[in-house]
Amino acid sequence: MRITSAYLRPILISLFLGLLCSLGVRGESAAAAPVVPVALAPTVEQRLASLEAYLANTDPTAALKNARGEIPPGLTTPSAGVAGPGHNAWMMVSAALVLFMTLPGLALFYGGLVRAKNVLSIMGWCLGITSVVTVLWWAVGYSLVFGKSFDSAYLGGSEHFFLKGVGGAPNPNYSFWVSHNVFAMFQLMFAIITPAVIVGAVVERMKFSAVLAFTVLWVLLVYCPLAHMVWGANGLMNGLANPAASIKAIDFAGGLVVEMASGWSALVLCIVLGPRLGFGKTPMPPHSLVLCMVGTGLLWVGWYGFNAGSAVAADGIAGNAFMATTIAAAVAAGTWAGLEYYLRGKASVLGFCSGAVAGLVAITPACGFIDATAAVWVGLAGGTLPFFACTKLKGWLRYDDALDVFGVHGVGGTIGMLLTGVFADVAINGNLATHLSASVGRTLWIEQLKGMGVALALAVGGTLAIALVLRATIGLRPTIEAEQEGLDLTDHGEHGYIYDASNI
Amino acid sequence: MKLIIAIIKPFKLEDVKAALAEAGIEGMTVTEVKGFGRQKGHTEIYRGNEYTVDFLPKVKIEVAVADEVAGKAVELIVKAAKTGKIGDGKVFILPLEEVVRIRTDERGEAAV
Repeated sequence: MRITSAYLRPILISLFLGLLCSLGVRGESAAAAPVVPVALAPTVEQRLASLEAYLANTDPTAALKNARGEIPPGLTTPSAGVAGPGHNAWMMVSAALVLFMTLPGLALFYGGLVRAKNVLSIMGWCLGITSVVTVLWWAVGYSLVFGKSFDSAYLGGSEHFFLKGVGGAPNPNYSFWVSHNVFAMFQLMFAIITPAVIVGAVVERMKFSAVLAFTVLWVLLVYCPLAHMVWGANGLMNGLANPAASIKAIDFAGGLVVEMASGWSALVLCIVLGPRLGFGKTPMPPHSLVLCMVGTGLLWVGWYGFNAGSAVAADGIAGNAFMATTIAAAVAAGTWAGLEYYLRGKASVLGFCSGAVAGLVAITPACGFIDATAAVWVGLAGGTLPFFACTKLKGWLRYDDALDVFGVHGVGGTIGMLLTGVFADVAINGNLATHLSASVGRTLWIEQLKGMGVALALAVGGTLAIALVLRATIGLRPTIEAEQEGLDLTDHGEHGYIYDASNI
Repeated sequence: MKLIIAIIKPFKLEDVKAALAEAGIEGMTVTEVKGFGRQKGHTEIYRGNEYTVDFLPKVKIEVAVADEVAGKAVELIVKAAKTGKIGDGKVFILPLEEVVRIRTDERGEAAV
């Protein structure tokens, strides 16, 4: 008896409370109904479908559309116009990871490879580029890439100058669930790292002022148009999202925009600049492969933000990009070092580092489109062709690409773009079926070639023009004395290493 | 008096120091130096760029001794520093005109 009553009591109490509540609610609605007209509210079904769109990374307002495909005026849902926490969190982490690739990843990777007298110089370049490009991105850069007021396939618009209208609500042109401001910052990090990659080719012999001037002009004249063409909603080469694209190419995370653009620009810039003093005569070995290795690890980890983050969602495609990135990097690192072992009997640490970066470069355009086995192939190609570009081709052609930006990023990006066209698979990325079902697995690689041609022409032509103008005006190179002394001291007034306090 | 200059492999320094100490020779000057003799340098390759490193790291020991100790000291140094492989180094023995101990103004063999 006692047990029964103990069970019964809470049930009775909650029943009583429930009744009270329902009476209250009834009384309220009965009183309100005649005064206020019923507002246009989504049904529970619609609200649920909007929430499910968060899981599927699709449009939350799709569920509000009526039979004619229109959203009745005034109808909205709490899920529309807000950032999805999971997607937003991942994209903020990704943006930070991509910045981490430059500061300090690339700074250390490059810094270790130069001579000790120029280590601060390349680090200063990475910092300076970050500052300059950030201001540029705020002022005009973001809008020129991701705006649309120009209604052009070549350049974005002016409506988001000074990041106007870039707030916490998602911009459905690019993401249904990621805050517009987060998307803008994520994209900024790409605009920072691209010129920072380029200048690896010209370390130890370019003036700090010339590096900054080059960065401003290059981002405006090469990066912004190219990024709009590839990723802009109405871009010329955005085969994935723009049904009207003249060139239906695909580039998941920047094979064209970042890797090919930086690699080919680097080749042109280092040729215009000329070789370092004593190139080919004086030994110029890396001063710290330890720093270089640390930088490589940071680049690799940061690349998860770069590649998986380029899904602009924390979804299954991001997961695939994460997996493909890992596989290609590891395979390419082993391939490069393995080739060294086969050809000269020793697998070097710099070989592993170079291979890892080359593999990451090659998988960049492909990671969100291809499966694990294809990633192994991309890794093999990414470890092999850049290896020969760096160790053989450069020697034959005698250009002083100091840190092998062309060999790693130019060649790796080019092969990656082509292989993306070969291996892209609708089963991995369903978005490929939207506009490209006719070409995927068949002629997509031809579209890739066309896109690569445009990127190559823009990078080479733009860089050549900028470099020649700068050479004729402010000058590109430091004085011979400064170059001999080391740019740490002459450009920044500092030494990277002070071993002995008595030398100060 | 003699000045003994020995160029040896860096990792043999402790052995040489211990051997000389046993013979009662406790003062020496040690310098890290670079050089090459018959032992060639080595090649380093960074992404296909080859650099030949001619100068190898060695340690130079300078010891001033009285004439009668010189033969024994040289023998000990050679024994301690020998690996039998190319690059073991050399010992130079020079006549030493004068020695002054700065603290006491002592001169000659009393000062070595």
